[in-house]
Amino acid sequence: MSILTAWINRAIWFGTVIMFASTGEIITEKSGNLNLGVPGVMFLGGFAGFAGAYYYENATANPSAAMIILIALLCGFAAGALGGLIYSVLTTTLRANQNVTGLALTIFGIGFANFFGVRVLGGGTSVKAAFARSVFATPIPGLSALGHVGNIFFSYGFMVYLAIIVALVVHWFMYSTRPGLNLRAVGENPATADAAGINVTRYKYAATCVGCGITGLGGVYYVLDYGYGTWSTANSIEALGWLAVALVIFATWKPRNIIWGAYLFGLLYWLYNYLPTLMGFSLPIYATQMFQTVPYVVTILVLIFISTKKKRENQGPAALGLSYFREER
Amino acid sequence: MFPAGAGGIRPGRCKGECSLDTNASIKLRNITKRFGTTLANDRCWLDINRGEILALLGENGSGKTTLMNMLSGIYYPDEGQIFIDDKEVVIRSPKDAFDLGIGMIHQHFKLVDVLTAAENIILGLPGKGRLDMKAVSDKVRRICQTYGFDIDPDQKIYDMSVSQKQTVEIVKVLYRGAEVLILDEPTAVLTPQETKTLFKVLRNMRDDGKAIVIITHKLHEVEEVSDRVAILRKGSFVGDMPTKDTNAREMTNMMVGRPVALNIERPDPVDPKPRLEVRNVNLTDEEGIQRLFDVSFTANSGEILGIAGISGCGQKELLEAIAGLQRPDSGSITFMPEGQEARELIGLTPRQIQQQGVVLSFVPEDRLGMGLVGSMDITNNMMLRSYRSGSTGFLDMKSPRDLGEDIVKRLEVVTPGVTTPVRQLSGGNVQKVLVGREIASAPSVLMTAYAVRGLDINSSYTIYDLINQQKKEGVAVIYVGEDLDILIGLCDRILVLCSGRVNGIVDGRTADKEQIGLMMTRLEGGEQEGGSANG
Repeated sequence: MSILTAWINRAIWFGTVIMFASTGEIITEKSGNLNLGVPGVMFLGGFAGFAGAYYYENATANPSAAMIILIALLCGFAAGALGGLIYSVLTTTLRANQNVTGLALTIFGIGFANFFGVRVLGGGTSVKAAFARSVFATPIPGLSALGHVGNIFFSYGFMVYLAIIVALVVHWFMYSTRPGLNLRAVGENPATADAAGINVTRYKYAATCVGCGITGLGGVYYVLDYGYGTWSTANSIEALGWLAVALVIFATWKPRNIIWGAYLFGLLYWLYNYLPTLMGFSLPIYATQMFQTVPYVVTILVLIFISTKKKRENQGPAALGLSYFREER
Repeated sequence: MFPAGAGGIRPGRCKGECSLDTNASIKLRNITKRFGTTLANDRCWLDINRGEILALLGENGSGKTTLMNMLSGIYYPDEGQIFIDDKEVVIRSPKDAFDLGIGMIHQHFKLVDVLTAAENIILGLPGKGRLDMKAVSDKVRRICQTYGFDIDPDQKIYDMSVSQKQTVEIVKVLYRGAEVLILDEPTAVLTPQETKTLFKVLRNMRDDGKAIVIITHKLHEVEEVSDRVAILRKGSFVGDMPTKDTNAREMTNMMVGRPVALNIERPDPVDPKPRLEVRNVNLTDEEGIQRLFDVSFTANSGEILGIAGISGCGQKELLEAIAGLQRPDSGSITFMPEGQEARELIGLTPRQIQQQGVVLSFVPEDRLGMGLVGSMDITNNMMLRSYRSGSTGFLDMKSPRDLGEDIVKRLEVVTPGVTTPVRQLSGGNVQKVLVGREIASAPSVLMTAYAVRGLDINSSYTIYDLINQQKKEGVAVIYVGEDLDILIGLCDRILVLCSGRVNGIVDGRTADKEQIGLMMTRLEGGEQEGGSANG
């Protein structure tokens, strides 16, 4: 039982990182921008969030919990949004190819974070923001002590619950509000949206920047809770970033589906570590990486399944990946 | 240059009670728009009145749509002024146009497929952030009742027929409180019955005091529905007049700029011999719906066989079956070349058909989807037919380019050059390129589907001439058309399809429109009285 609980705990930590990232990416993709810069944006957000928290707690004698949360989230969101702004300027204003721009943003984000990370590391290979970590990992008092139930549902830091709330709010925004409807129209058919009087450029910018900001929060959660509050020269943000892109497809572009999809991906990703123990056999080292591909395989299977169903609602936005130019004939 | 005060040169001519400079509710003055080096509109004038249906007439590329796009905010004019009720306005975006009560229904519908009708209708409108779809649906239903529309606000667009989609577009514009409705070739995609319904609705709206502009190049529609007609030629305003004071000939001459013969030549077939024999063909499409039932006919050399029918009655499937693109369930399609033994075409791919030495030319309905590659230039599109020729691994670029240049010259294709992507050409010019390529391969069977759809009179007649020329050279021509007058004027025999069945073959020289119209809509049962015989 304890192994199963540990597995679920791990899946939920893991899932929270990609839940933020995927929710952000859905907002971006709904505007027709296929941003493959998710890993880069997560790096930017993670680094900025960590750096903000780290400098704050080292500069202050008695750091406050509320303040450090505010600083970390603000820095992470702003850095992510800035990445989105770069992407928007290149693809929406200058109409550069979205795939190339996205991949470049990934490389840029990783490079930027690691380059300035050297200053934070100050010569070492890892530094820890211990106070920030303790704040971000504080479970819900009282409820978390309720045995297995408390352990499975209430033993996490606040961002786990924040991720669910963000996903639900985004879903509500997308399907129950006027701007949400307009946003979906922009991604489906920008010419139509334009003719209907929607400012396509503004929607694309806003959706991409806000989306990337939320993706950046995924990076913050990765560093300050999932990664035990440590910034180091080696981490697996990039792998999680690509998985977040896959999760968007898996969730058929619906933020609601991201919630269970993220946890499922978490379970599958950590399959190699817990399932063998649970079943009572040991896995050779070379097989673990193969097991880690399971989420990707599942995504491919889902893609095949969706395409055979031919249901229009489950497809991505029709104009995803295409630049829009009003006077193009 | 321009007389002061008058707002510029008063161009063109007027006949009867000319409405220019009167109290028109919308006035366009000296509007100029350039696309790169192309002049789309050149100091254009236009007046639009409330309570009137104005037909905006002109050939392809005469700048009708561009001019209206500037009124609806899609484009912004390079020069000129727009007045609404004598107040100058600036329309920078579709939103500005909506605010001024101008709404346009585009030829290519601007609808989001995965959304419902109601969602499409309120798209982009200001209002409370939270959506109340029920209230929207109710308001949509009310508008539908007022003008006699029939749509379900909660239906998804991808589930709708073309005419339903068009209705959604019109309701969308009305929902926004438009007083001026611009319709860009609204009937191009409609059946005659649907067109009739549309015209009725347009008249209702006119009587309600709205200004209606309908862009078209179909003269009989101008005559049927409009109160006034304005004519554009090569981007400039030529003149306007009340519809009742003019006639088809005058309008055509004004459109083209010179007298045009409206007669179609029909030489008698010389020595017709069976060339293509279709026997008892049945065909079921991918979705499992049977499209063709026991279709049989013979196409003769040196003859034009017309195929009439309401759209979607198996015309497309029939041509595609002959071309080897769809495989019939049963039956035979036999090609009988002169002095050689007959060949069976069913079961062969288009490439195998070609390898057998059968030169079949096919001008499909979907020009830029099946006929040409839009983003490639004329030379490369020529190469689609010839890229396999030659023995080396390198492409022969020269002969396709020569062919392209030849077609541009002979068919008077308006294009900056053979290196321009065909997507950028106007509809008529795209069609000329396609037809030119298809007849360049010296076919023995030429199949055309809606060859003149969307083309203006002048281009249409060029196409008819080309088809007639092929006929004289002994080609068996199969002409799928929608305009019965043209079918009767051009074809030697007319096969009428009704719901995938051959409902009779009539002689084009003696057939009359009523008879064919009836055959198109009503399947003849066992008693064939006067059905397949001549009228």
